[in-house]
Amino acid sequence: MKRSILFISCEEAHHICDKTQYGEATIWERIKLSIRLSWCKITRAYTKKNNQLTELVKKSQTNLDNKEKEKLQKQFEQELANYKD
Amino acid sequence: MPNHKINPNQWITLYSDYLFNYTVSRVSDREMAQDLVSETFLAGLKSMKNFKGEASERTWLISILKRKIIDYYRKINSNKGKAEVRMSYNSDSETEGDWLEERVADPFDRTAEDNIENTELSAAIHNCLGKLPEKQANVFEMKTILNYETEAICNELNITASNLWVIIHRARTAMASCLEKNWF
Repeated sequence: MKRSILFISCEEAHHICDKTQYGEATIWERIKLSIRLSWCKITRAYTKKNNQLTELVKKSQTNLDNKEKEKLQKQFEQELANYKD
Repeated sequence: MPNHKINPNQWITLYSDYLFNYTVSRVSDREMAQDLVSETFLAGLKSMKNFKGEASERTWLISILKRKIIDYYRKINSNKGKAEVRMSYNSDSETEGDWLEERVADPFDRTAEDNIENTELSAAIHNCLGKLPEKQANVFEMKTILNYETEAICNELNITASNLWVIIHRARTAMASCLEKNWF
């Protein structure tokens, strides 16, 4: 069967949805996902659960992760340089 | 007699987690909390000369942070055109940091870790993580909790990217249904 440009399988939709949780889906993938979301109940249910899981994990994290700490360190060092003789 | 010294080089390492934890339990928005912590460190640098050593560095930074949090809420309030919060704190930036040291730690400080719901949530997540097969748990933790890049995990565990996404998919499905039973 020829692969369609716009229509994706349920599995592919789930895969894109997973990538979206980590901000790794391309715009084109997200468009394809939203088309499927408009008519597929199963994908909608999966997306809802998946988003909830992401929210929960975020909520439970009360420390900075490595990326966030690096960003903070960079900002701070730039400013600190102004205070050194 | 001043007995505390100030050394900004160590601030991020020593206090960023503590300050962030303190903030995130109050503003419940990670990005905003990061900005507030960053602003606090910068404000601390600016008013370093006002540090008298009467309180510890951490207490001093927390008192700056407290004021940043108040400012944050004040700003949201005025954006909405709602009630104004008036505080009698000295807003002169020259003396910023002076009064701060008089306001030493209050024992009722609340951090996110003290927050019962949050502790239970972390426990529930780790409990569910423990029920996953080891590899799934590993990959999920690295990707979701520790925020490693896809490429870094692939190199570390010697798997391909599509391998990783299949594992992530299985782990997420299992985690969601486990948490659904134990949390929602």
